[in-house]
Amino acid sequence: MKLSKVVELLEAESVFEKYEDLEIETACGADLMSDVLAFSHSKTMLLTGLTNPQVVRTAEMTDIEVICFVRGKKPVLDTVQLAKEKGIKLFYSKKPLFESCGLLYNSGIRPEKLHEIE
Amino acid sequence: MKLSRSGGIILSSKKLIEEEIERRNFKKGGEVSSKLKSILRKLGVETQIIRKISIITYELEMNIIIHSKGGKITAIINNQEIKILAEDKGPGIKDIDKALQAGYSTAEDEIRELGFGAGMGLNNVEQYSDKMEIETSEDEGTTIKAFLNV
Repeated sequence: MKLSKVVELLEAESVFEKYEDLEIETACGADLMSDVLAFSHSKTMLLTGLTNPQVVRTAEMTDIEVICFVRGKKPVLDTVQLAKEKGIKLFYSKKPLFESCGLLYNSGIRPEKLHEIE
Repeated sequence: MKLSRSGGIILSSKKLIEEEIERRNFKKGGEVSSKLKSILRKLGVETQIIRKISIITYELEMNIIIHSKGGKITAIINNQEIKILAEDKGPGIKDIDKALQAGYSTAEDEIRELGFGAGMGLNNVEQYSDKMEIETSEDEGTTIKAFLNV
């Protein structure tokens, strides 16, 4: 599914003025960054309630290209600056994590494979 | 460039990074791993290997920031493997078996609020390395070596 469609489904706003559309096939929802580091394989989208710069670092290390902050949280300035530097797309949605994941799952986005790096 | 002999093959090894890590400096957390990642990209190392090394280095870097009195991360490559060396100045790991248990952590709430301290750090390092070695003592601190075949 296109990222623009995901953004529409989650009624999310982009942190940056523009973003390049891309295909999202898998996603993960987590507030524990070590879990993201344990389970993520490439090109996933991360949905999280954490807004600190470590979220962007975690995405950088696992090649996650898109982060959506849930529960109406907006990232702090340090997080936005780091994401800009690393070319990671940031969004925020008022929807809670559970609902956001449910909406994406229902629309065909699948969970990442566990315990495997591709 | 240092030349060493291993199994009859002469290997040239190269130090990719050697960086000091400050205790509790969360703002800088990940900088060393990020630097190593871009060096490996320039060297043309395979993407999956880079991702594994990045995760390992990031977990080790955060461990030094969170748990130690400060330390250092060194990465060395030769034509067979990459070695990530995380050395800290203490206080040492009291119970290694527990530290290796998934879900076990001694981190406090401040750390958990950052999304760490879930007790997965060393498990992740072990999972993504081909070999991991831990040496720890209360006086001399902890040294973790993670090896990945390239």
